[in-house]
Formats: sequence, structure tokens, C-alpha cells
Amino acid sequence: MSVTAQRCMASSGQKPIAEILHPLSGGGDEQQQQQQQQQLSVTVSVVVGGDKEASLTNGAPVETPSPASTSSLFNRLQLDDDPEADVRDPYTETAETRDLFVTVDDPKKHVSTMETYITYRVSTKTSRVEFDLPEYCVRRRYQDFDWLRMKLEDSQPTHLIPPLPEKFVMKGVVDRFSEEFVETRMKALDKFLKRVADHPVLSFNPHLNAFLTAKDLNKRQGLALLTKVGESVKHVAGGYKLRPRPAEFCAMGEYLDTFNQKLGTIDRIAQRILKEQSEYLTELREYGTVYSSWAASEEELRRPLEGVGGCVATCCGALDDLGDGMSQDFLPVLREYVLYVESMKNVLRKRDQSQAEYEGRLEAAILRKQEDRTPHLLDPPTPLAPLRRRTMLPERPCSRSCLCFSVDAGGGGEMPGQGGVFQRRPEGGLGALAEQQETGLQTASHRHGRQEHPPLRKVPSSVGVALNRPPGQTGRGQNARDELKHLIAA
Amino acid sequence: MLCDVTAPVADEASALMEICVAEAEKRNGRNTVNMQETFTVYLVETRPMDAVAEGRNPAPDSLWRRYSEFELLRNYLLVTYPYIVVPPLPEKRAEFVWHKLSADNMDPDFVERRRIGLENFLLRVASHPVLSNDKILHHFLTEEHGWKEVVYETGFQAKADSRLRALSATFRVRNPDKRFMEMKHYSDELQSHTSQLLRARVRVADRLYGVYKVHGNYGRVFSEWSAVEKEMGDGLQSAGHHMDAFAASIDDILEEEEHYADQLKEYLFYAEALRAVCRKHELTQFELEMASQDLVSKKQQHEEIATGIVRTFSFKGMTNKLFGQEAPEQREARLKLLEELIAEGEETVKEKTVECEEHVDRAWVDMQRFKEQKDKDLREALINYAVMQISMCKKVRSSRPALRRGPSDSSGRVIILSSF
Repeated sequence: MSVTAQRCMASSGQKPIAEILHPLSGGGDEQQQQQQQQQLSVTVSVVVGGDKEASLTNGAPVETPSPASTSSLFNRLQLDDDPEADVRDPYTETAETRDLFVTVDDPKKHVSTMETYITYRVSTKTSRVEFDLPEYCVRRRYQDFDWLRMKLEDSQPTHLIPPLPEKFVMKGVVDRFSEEFVETRMKALDKFLKRVADHPVLSFNPHLNAFLTAKDLNKRQGLALLTKVGESVKHVAGGYKLRPRPAEFCAMGEYLDTFNQKLGTIDRIAQRILKEQSEYLTELREYGTVYSSWAASEEELRRPLEGVGGCVATCCGALDDLGDGMSQDFLPVLREYVLYVESMKNVLRKRDQSQAEYEGRLEAAILRKQEDRTPHLLDPPTPLAPLRRRTMLPERPCSRSCLCFSVDAGGGGEMPGQGGVFQRRPEGGLGALAEQQETGLQTASHRHGRQEHPPLRKVPSSVGVALNRPPGQTGRGQNARDELKHLIAA
Repeated sequence: MLCDVTAPVADEASALMEICVAEAEKRNGRNTVNMQETFTVYLVETRPMDAVAEGRNPAPDSLWRRYSEFELLRNYLLVTYPYIVVPPLPEKRAEFVWHKLSADNMDPDFVERRRIGLENFLLRVASHPVLSNDKILHHFLTEEHGWKEVVYETGFQAKADSRLRALSATFRVRNPDKRFMEMKHYSDELQSHTSQLLRARVRVADRLYGVYKVHGNYGRVFSEWSAVEKEMGDGLQSAGHHMDAFAASIDDILEEEEHYADQLKEYLFYAEALRAVCRKHELTQFELEMASQDLVSKKQQHEEIATGIVRTFSFKGMTNKLFGQEAPEQREARLKLLEELIAEGEETVKEKTVECEEHVDRAWVDMQRFKEQKDKDLREALINYAVMQISMCKKVRSSRPALRRGPSDSSGRVIILSSF
């Protein structure tokens, strides 16, 4: 199944791509929902003076403090009801248009001779035609999620793949099988999968399909490892000069750095607050018990004292919940976005790389051209021809008579007559680099990693010009390219 | 007799006056060792009640008093009315201080709280059925100069010293009034609970201060962050401002709580006064018992000498046996002496009995009055404390919705900010 821009997505109905809100964006629906939330707020002010008649603002009289009226006084003070309006699934606004629902739940421990691990149930409900059945239920472990993510990254390197929770945990510090840890991890995996499923492009990735449906993931771990190695080789053996980034990417990079830094600071502050709050909680508990023990030695004052003590205890409970909420809802979100920033930086790095490679080759080509004045075009086609064809990246569809269509390279995957690079499968060798470059450029104008599907036909003029120029002898880069091709292809 | 209650003079009764401690001022002067010192004086204003009732509004009489003069007045009252639970003064030095609060006596907040405390003291004294009639009190309120001399002339100082000694002395009382023993026990409990509460409150205040201040750090980060954001920028800015305001609000909150703490402190010191009354009972009872015992032994001695029957071992008996009986003239002299002593002793016992009974009666009445006052005051203090807490919370919450109803932006922000 190929992923293309022109396809209308079943889940989005007939809306053009540009108008579809990305799941990660806020959108007008949210504001609507906010306005719809009714907030109960009864403001009551109670005047309790020495001998003054206390009365509520609504005119109801209150008796001057006596044992009975004390509690009634408190009962009449109503606080605002806090609607849980804002903490809700940010994806609900797309609920009406979704046709792929995934859930991760039901963690189970598996003990085998080699290892012990946890699996999670992944349930899918869908009406998409790409899936054979409307419902699926499989069990997956963290490794499988990791595999999926890797596949997504490789097959769509320009897209921002949602981050997974941390892979490695320090054995001594965190118990991998503790309920809390498993719970947190499961929630993060669930979030990850939901994000992928709601992504207009990623959700159609065949690997996702396999992940959700296959009984047994034939993960081909070996190749995966190789890919990882290959990538690092790419980085090390690249040896390219650090090229200046175009302005948009510079800005993006700077933004990411600032964003990352701010998130880190906020995380530290939040941790500090949690610590201070827990110490405060300890003292508050103590404070509450003093009231209770004093109440024991009093007669008339017993009820008010116990009342205050009880309230303090309630506050302690609420504070406890607040702390839990912070560490379970707030902090993970921060950490998630830090991981997102990492992903984005990776994409930027890849972009840098391809820019460096491209410019490097361009320079080499120019040099060669200057050295060697003999026209190569009159030579018989060399084995290098297929390669050369691949490096020609026109920005508009080639005509039938163009050389690039004359030979169908095995595995090149070009469909004749349908235009140059854009129809190529993303896993094509060097085409990938080019597509990456172009789509990467397109995504630059969107911040926060929001990936609206790029209108792929537009190419900035600077690149277009460069692309149009027939490259000179590129034989020198051939080996590297071949290597790359093998490594990138899944 | 220790009690020297002056007859109430209607137009001098302080209960018929409106009293307030209006202001505080700094003064420079020379102290007893002729060194320069800075001290604070408080303006005590008085106005006859009937004038106010009649609608006239005469200018109040006023005079300046410093804290040490208030202390003097109270010490006089303590000595003169040992059966009364005398209202306490605000603390001499700032104690139970949470760390940011100044322990400096010159600090304006401290001075202000002291002014309120002194006013409270005068009002309590002036509304007390017994204390309000005291002449010295009246002088205190109306005559700025020469008041000290008048107080010293009463000679209370000497009694004050013996009172202090008696308070800390240990002696065993055989038959104390059970009610007083219970009351003394209760005063110990009250003291311990209020001081525990005050200490715990200070610790809580310290921690709460820390929490609020750390939130202030968010303010800076949010502001810096908002600079690089587009749609989220406004929301972050207002979040940053809110955090700053939140962090600053703790000062007001804790200042309000100080008032509650002051009310607790008053009763902490009141507990001491209550205990002193109970101790006074023990003392009078003890003196009575001593006097009775003394009388009994004297009578015994008399009997021995008169009848020659030695009931209990005595040195005289021994020496008589060893060295022979004494001469009849000596015996007569001794008997005479003893009879006089016995007569005196009986007088003493009578006096002590009266003293003891009077003390018990009067003290019991005042202790009941105190109990009622305490229950009423502390209940009100607790209610006000709770109401204050609620209104503080509301203030914080009411500033938050501004964030939620901001312009639409990413869900991430909503998640983050709704957790506050």
C-alpha cells in the first residue's frame, strides 16, 4: 500500500487535507466545549461578628454561634464545583470522523526460561478497508512497540513519530514489574498508539497494520539491528561539513532548544514543588492531630475543635491527591514532550545530513565538470547510468522522451509517466533522501512538530534550480549511495 | 490581708468609659541606667460612656503609656486580686515566629499587633466586674504623670515578690479543694495544647511559604517561554502572571493567620493566669493547714505542761527526765506564753480559714466566668479562622478561571495548567 498525498482519507470524509485538524492541535472544538461547561459557583460570604447578627448574602439569617449553628454555618458555605472540564482526551474532537480505534490495556506477566516480560493487550476496532476484519485483539510487548516505532521512523523519516516511554530502566532504582511502573508505561503506550492511529498519514502505514493484526510479528530483529548500526555508520562515516541551515530550520532548531530548556526547567520546578508539598503535608497532618487531642480535654469547645481538625485532615487528603495528580498527569506530559523534541531534533539532523550530502555532491560534481570537459553524454551507457538517473530529480513530471524513463531499474520503483520522485515508494533508495529533503523543507514552516501533510508539489526555487541542473559525473559517490540504499531499504 | 478592694466609686468606674489604644509612636529617652534607648509609646484614649450615649462627642482624654507601664499595672492587679484570672498582656517578645516574620520589637507589624493586644487587655480589664472598679486602673487611664508613684505607694511590690516565690515553691497540701485541682490540671492542658498548636502552626506556615515561593519560579519560566510561542504565548503570559501573583499572595495569607495566632496566644497566657489562681488556693490552704497544725501542737504542749502527761516524745520530756523537772515559776511562765501563743494561733487559724474560704468562693466565681468567656472567644476564633481559610482559597480560585477561558490553544497547555 503506498502512501500518497492525493488520496482522500476515509476517516476525514471529503474535507481537503489542509482543513483537517491534526490531533495534536487545539482547534475550535475545544473552545466550544469549554463554553458549554457549566461552572457552579455559589459565592457565599458569611459575616460572623461578635454580637452582630450573622446572615448569608441571600438573606437567610444565621444564629449567632452556638453548637448547632456552627456546623450549619459550614454547610451553607458552598464552594465552586470544579468541573473536570479541561482534563479530557484531546482527541475527542475527531471522534466523529475516526474510523480506527485502538486501546492498550490488560498487562500480563510472562515468565519463560530466558526472560520475564510484560505483554499488553492491543485491541483494534475499525471500518477501514485496509483491514480484513473489523476487530482485532493481539498481545504485544514493549519490544514490539519499539519495533513499530522504528519501522515508522524509517518508512516515514520526515514525519514526527510520537515518542515511546523510556525503554531502559535502572534495575536497582525502578522495579520493572511494579504495578505503578507497568500502569504508567501502559498509559504511555496507549497514548502512543492512539496518536499513531489518529495520524492522517502514519495510520495508513503497513507496519501499523501488521502490528495491530498479525498474530505473530515477524520482526526480523536482525535487520532492525542492522538498520540501527547502519544509521550510526551514516553519522560517523558521513564526515560532512556542517552546512549552514536555511533560515526556517535555524529558527526551528532554536525554538526546539528553547522549548526543551523550558520544559526541563518546568520539570525541575515541578519536582521541587512536589517535594515541598509533601513536607508541607507532613506538617499539616501533625497540625490536624493537635486539634483533635485538644478537643479531648474540652467540653463546649470539643465540636469546633474537632471540626477544624477534621477539615485539616480533609485538606491533607486533597493535597495528597493533588500531588498524585501532578506526578501522574502533569509530569509525564512534560517528559513526553521532551521526547518529542528529541524526535524532532533527529528529523532535523537527518535533514541536515541530506542537505550536507546533496551540497557535497553538488560541489564535487561542479569540480568534476570543470576538470573534465569531455561531454559524457556521448559515451555508451555505463553501468552507472541507472544510478545517474536516480540522481536526477526533476521537480515536474518528466516527458516520455526523457532518458530517465528508458531503463527500469530493478528495485527503483519508479512508475513511468507519473512524475518524478513523488510517486516513488518511500523506501526507494536515494529517492528517499530527496523526498526527505523536500518534505522536510515543507514541514519547516510548521512549528511544534505539527505535521500537516505537505503539498508535495511545491519546491523552493533554490533547490529546484539545483535539481534541474544535470549533475556531472557522480561515480565517486556511488559506493556510498549503494550502501545507503541497502541500509535504508527495509 | 492581701485584698484591699477599694469601694467602687460610680463616676470613677472604668467600666463606664470607652477605651481604646489608638496609636503607637517611637520615643527616645534615657533608661534607668542612663543609657539612650528607643521605645514605643501607645496612645490610650478614654471617653465617658454617658457622653457618647447622649450623643455628645467630646474629645477623648488621652495619654501615652509604654509597655512597661502596662506590665506594672498588670503586676499590681495580679497581687491585689489573687482570686481573679487576670487578663494577659500581649507577649513581651515575638515568639512562635515563622521564619520570614520579624522577631524585632520595632517591626511595624509587631508594633501594630501589640497595639491591638494592649487595647484588648484594657477592654477586658475594664469590663471585668471586679477589676473595673480598681482605683489604680482608673489612675492609669486618666493620669499620665505621677501614676507610677501612686502604684508604688500601695506597697504591692513586696507582695509581688513573695507571690512569685510562692508560685514556684513546692509544698504538699493535704486537703486541697478538688475542683481547684481539676482546674489546675485543666490549665496545664490548655497551656500545653495551645503552645503545641502554635508551634505546629509555625511549622506549617514555614512549609506553606516554601511551596508558594517555588511556584513563583514558574512565573519566570512561563514568561520566558511565552516569548518563543505564537498561539500559546498569551496563555503562557497570563499563566506566568498568575504564578507571580500566587507566590506573592502568601504574605497576606500568613499575616491574616497571625491574628488567629494572637488569639491563641492570649489564651496560652490566660492559662498561666488560671493556674496562678489555683496555686494561690493551694498556698492559702497550705498556710491554713500549717496554722492549724501549729495550733494543735501548741495546745498539745500546753496540755503536757499543764497535766504533766507526756503523750508524745519531746525533748522537754527527755530533759525533764534526765535533768529533773523545772521549777514551778518557769512552768507558769511557759504556760502563760503558750496560752498567748495559742490565742494568737487561734486568731491566725480563723483568719486563714476566712482567707481560704473567701479565696475559694471568689475564685470559683471568676473561674466560671473565665470558662464561659474562653469557650465563647475560642469558638469564635476557630470559626473566623475557618472562614478566613475558605475566603483565601476562593481568592486563589477566582483568579484561575481567567486562564481557562483564554484563547483556544493547544491541549498541552490545558493539561498543564489545569493541574494547578
